[in-house]
Amino acid sequence: MQTSLTPRARAGRYLGIGALLGSTALALVWAAHGFNSSQASPQQITDQFERNAGFQPGFRRNHSKGLCVTGYFEAQGEASIYSTAALFQAGQTPVIGRFAIGGSNPQAADDSVPIRSLALQFNLANGEQWRTAMNSNAVFPVASPQSFYEQLQASQPDPKTGKPDPARLKDFFDSHPETAAFRAWLKGFTPSSSWANTHYYGLNAFVLVQEQGQRQAVRWSLVPEQPYEPLAAVQRDNPNTLSHDLEQRLQQGPLRWQLRLTLAQLEDPTHDATQAWPADRPQITAGLVVLEHSQPQATGPCRDINYDPLVLPKGIEGSDDPLLSARSAVYATALYRRLQENHSTTGALQHD
Amino acid sequence: MTDTQQHYSSSVRGLHWLMAFLLFSQIFIGATMVARVDSYAILIVLHKALGLILLGLVCLRLGARLITTAPALPSSMPQWQRGAAHGLHGLLYLLMLAQPLCGWLMLSAAGQPLTFWGWVVPSLISADSGLYVLLRALHGLLAYLLFALVLLHVGAALVHGLIRRDGVLERMLKAAPSESK
Ligand code: HEM
Ligand code: HEM
Ligand code: HEM
Repeated sequence: MQTSLTPRARAGRYLGIGALLGSTALALVWAAHGFNSSQASPQQITDQFERNAGFQPGFRRNHSKGLCVTGYFEAQGEASIYSTAALFQAGQTPVIGRFAIGGSNPQAADDSVPIRSLALQFNLANGEQWRTAMNSNAVFPVASPQSFYEQLQASQPDPKTGKPDPARLKDFFDSHPETAAFRAWLKGFTPSSSWANTHYYGLNAFVLVQEQGQRQAVRWSLVPEQPYEPLAAVQRDNPNTLSHDLEQRLQQGPLRWQLRLTLAQLEDPTHDATQAWPADRPQITAGLVVLEHSQPQATGPCRDINYDPLVLPKGIEGSDDPLLSARSAVYATALYRRLQENHSTTGALQHD
Repeated sequence: MTDTQQHYSSSVRGLHWLMAFLLFSQIFIGATMVARVDSYAILIVLHKALGLILLGLVCLRLGARLITTAPALPSSMPQWQRGAAHGLHGLLYLLMLAQPLCGWLMLSAAGQPLTFWGWVVPSLISADSGLYVLLRALHGLLAYLLFALVLLHVGAALVHGLIRRDGVLERMLKAAPSESK
């Protein structure tokens, strides 16, 4: 049998056990801080959105002002050569969408923000979903989540003027040459009169996967069938011109966009949303997005949806673009916060 | 239960160590993913898959535990310690079952689709954002409660194994003499 432990050995073993448990607990604390990574956490990025527009309980942390829409996707079957995703087979898939303007201020005037967006959730018959959130800018300003965070910080309003500090913004853009294409887009663009005649870009690259496993990198965009018209001067007098316009148009009938897939060639960057692919890349039209009805965002079916770009059906996968993982992480944090606010006693559900 | 039986059955032991390893990994994966933007996408996929695997394993383990006999704790242990050990084991089983179920329920309440190697996992409940908020909070809470209880459990196991040396650790480590070779 065993000899009994000396008091010293006993104390030593207790100490050893304590040290093991203590270091395991510390390791978890370290993990929960992302192993002290130098990059901003999802919480820090979400906090920065809150600083930029003031705390707006219950609202989305970005693209805060918008409205819900519903309709369907009518696939033509062409994309099914490239992807096994069930919704690319000819047929209809119901869609819950949301139009919005960029920025974290739910009270912003519609003409005060150059970026507009359309987010869609396709509800596939087999229980899968495809969610995508698209912007009206043809390229994204930055390539990495950390640069995005720095851009948000540089855009934080100066408490004295209530506006971003131009010098800080200039510093940011000067030290981020990858923003050049975005700035060129911003300069050359004239806002259209409506959400309905806006072109929306998925911006991030994704990968279509075929039955036999062949992979094709793509980017997608929604090309409006409604003809372009510039934003009229009178529209600028109405801070909610876009929602009024959309509601009016929908009363006359559904609105349509072609879902275009641009096929990458091997040399095209999939990890960098600041770089457009050459204009001659082949495109296929996967089908038509048809939007029929709108509802206020406080009561509509889009309210509690997290348009996480990585909710994808089998047959579509994320690419190596680092923005995708970051969006997924930050959107989850932002969703949890706003839903907590909606269900707390300070409830902000009365907004629209 | 016979007096001569001093070891857990091989199925209970095998599942105990497999799950101990996977569960530690799972808690670290969960804690890390919610703090990092770069690895979130990869880790959440792993987290959901591993979580569902752990749910399957705990069901198997409870089954194995019910059809085999567990050795009695040594009579050298005071009554209260035996009671505490059994209570803690019960809580650990409960949390190992509740935590992955909470994850699955949370995704159902959020209206998030869940797939497992391409197979669409059905929603357990219909979407309800109020319930999602509750379950999301609970999932974080239960994870760290489980972690704290596991530390307590490991501490107790090591005190048995290294200080008291009363054979309790061996019951989970070693095969019964009749089983070996
Ligand atoms: C790392 C980069 C990005 C971060 C941190 C970020 C962050 C956010 C956040 C926090 C929201 C609010 C989500 C919610 O509360 O439900 C949001 C919404 C949105 N984002 Fe991003 N975003 C990023 C990149 C992008 C890109 C590249 C696009 C365009 C392709 C985009 C398009 C949108 C759209 C359209 C919405 C509104 C979705 C809706 O209507 O619910 N974002 N973003
Ligand atoms: C024994 C099993 C599990 C353990 C120990 C565990 C542990 C964790 C931990 C520690 C977190 C981070 C919580 C926080 O810091 O707030 C987390 C989050 C999460 N877990 Fe689990 N989990 C388990 C099973 C599951 C399962 C089965 C699912 C779903 C199928 C799941 C889905 C999630 C989701 C969606 C999040 C939150 C992600 C976010 O909000 O960004 N978990 N889990
Ligand atoms: C995630 C980690 C762990 C969990 C969830 C866990 C859970 C459990 C449970 C539920 C039992 C009761 C078995 C039964 O009566 O059916 C048990 C027994 C046991 N565990 Fe663990 N365990 C973990 C890790 C560990 C570690 C790391 C050690 C050793 C350092 C350990 C040592 C033991 C021992 C010695 C027993 C047998 C106790 C007895 O004879 O009654 N466990 N464990």
